[in-house]
Amino acid sequence: MVTTPTRTAHPLGLELDHIDHGYMIGGAFTPVLDDISLTIAPGEFVALLGPSGCGKSTLLRLIAGLEPPHGGTILAEGTPITGPGPDRIVMFQDPTLYPWRTVRGNVALGHDIAGRKDPASVDAAIELVGLKSFERAWPHQLSGGMAQRAALARALVNDPRVLILDEPLGKLDSLTRLTMQTELHRLWRDRGFTAIMVTHDVEEALLLATRIIVFSPRPARIIGDLPIDLPPHRHRDDPRLLDLRKNILVQLGHSADW
Amino acid sequence: MSGSGSLDLPAGRPRQDRQAVTRRPVLGRTVPSRALLPWAAGPAWFIAALVTWRWPDADDFPDTNQLAALFLAAGLGLTAAAALRRLSARAPWAIALGLGFTAWEIAQAKLLWLPRPFFGTPQDLLDVFLTDWKRLGDSLLHSLGLLAVGYGIGAALGVAIGVGLGRSLRFRYWVRPLIRLIGPLPPVALLPLAFVLIPSGRLASEALLALAACFPTTILTWSGVAAVDPAYYDVARTMGARNRFLVLRVALPAAMPQIFVGLFMGLGVSFATLVVAEMLGVKSGLGFYMQWAQGWAAYPNMYAALLVMSLMCTGLVTLLFKVRDRVLSWQKDGLKW
Repeated sequence: MVTTPTRTAHPLGLELDHIDHGYMIGGAFTPVLDDISLTIAPGEFVALLGPSGCGKSTLLRLIAGLEPPHGGTILAEGTPITGPGPDRIVMFQDPTLYPWRTVRGNVALGHDIAGRKDPASVDAAIELVGLKSFERAWPHQLSGGMAQRAALARALVNDPRVLILDEPLGKLDSLTRLTMQTELHRLWRDRGFTAIMVTHDVEEALLLATRIIVFSPRPARIIGDLPIDLPPHRHRDDPRLLDLRKNILVQLGHSADW
Repeated sequence: MSGSGSLDLPAGRPRQDRQAVTRRPVLGRTVPSRALLPWAAGPAWFIAALVTWRWPDADDFPDTNQLAALFLAAGLGLTAAAALRRLSARAPWAIALGLGFTAWEIAQAKLLWLPRPFFGTPQDLLDVFLTDWKRLGDSLLHSLGLLAVGYGIGAALGVAIGVGLGRSLRFRYWVRPLIRLIGPLPPVALLPLAFVLIPSGRLASEALLALAACFPTTILTWSGVAAVDPAYYDVARTMGARNRFLVLRVALPAAMPQIFVGLFMGLGVSFATLVVAEMLGVKSGLGFYMQWAQGWAAYPNMYAALLVMSLMCTGLVTLLFKVRDRVLSWQKDGLKW
């Protein structure tokens, strides 16, 4: 529908080296991440699967640089990550659009922070997610799917080298979700950024990812690392996907019968 | 997931989304139930003019004919407004006011039911405006000047302190006890002290006004900043925002609804402080004028000053709400002042 945007110049490769992390909850230290080591190649689409509350989102916060890990290091192209940066953009489960900015103002947020003027790229991002006619709407006037697409445009405007997706489709209705999955996949293919996505939806992971990491319950450890060696255009009913799905569900502690 | 990039947006979706854009119902624009009502406003004021002009006064009151002329002019103006269809929603009020003035005129100027000089006639009030408008205007300007400086400084200070309390632990540690000690004190309680410590009465009043505006603004700004969704900060931080951006472009706009509540409350306390300061210390302003009028038993002057003061206060509140409506135009619904 829109001209293909330019590819991201350099997708970022990441190296997580023996990451430990935890929080003080109710006066007691609760370990959340236990010795996570993981190498993510530039341009990969990695899905992080695991039981609810196991610490996947925490791992994303560490990669984004929003918090420093208690133990271990995270390297981006060999350089330790010390804080957040516009090359690693997070898309959260909630759109968290600023209610006092219009859709356009929200999409332009990254430019405002960087003190950059680039209305053309804002236009392109808004058009890319199909919100052209809503660019002057306030966030409270948007439906859930539109708000999440605005959040996607806000992330893409920064031309991230890694897109960190924290269950971004988790709260959408199932039809909107299917559309957004297609859009995400197309964007990843066209732009070539590295994508790291937390999801609870095994099917979603299988459709989008080139690799699936399976985590144990908290404190999260890696218990499975499955390359998804399938062509980029996958069909939901592909028998190979169904096999993989059974396999992963078993790893997550569910019987494969249902 | 089949096809290349052609699945993008199914045609049905945008339409479903568009319905999510809700339209705000237009309030306060009711269709007049009776189209004739606006035409009754002019006659109501003509009656007031006629009664004032033809019915002899009970005593020797000033400016009776001028008052009749004023009522006549109002009646003509309202008739013109009715003809231009500009009066629909306000017609009942215009009629009620015209009849109210007629009743007041009859009760006091023509029949003298209530004892003078405590209760005046409409022409007494008019006479004050005609003869003493210069001093009244001067008092108004003095009051406004005092308010502008005191309230302006207090409000700005309140927002700054509130942000500091909401964002910085060290600032909170040192400032919170001071706010808790001084803030709840009514500013007028400090008036005697201020007039002793600060040699200029004007400066002392400005300081007290600033204090009056500062406390509510501080508390509500603080509460607004403290309630900002931490995810808003995360969104900006992941794009590389520094503290300055987080304060000025995230915390402040997010807290703005609360800040305006604080500004409104501060304005109210400022009005009270202003009047007391002018009655006790400053030798100018509407409060001083009222005090002086009462001293000379010039009750019509006091009523006139009261009217001017009420118009000033409501005008300033209206101004604040106009600014608020502009700044908070993104809110779903707002209170209509």
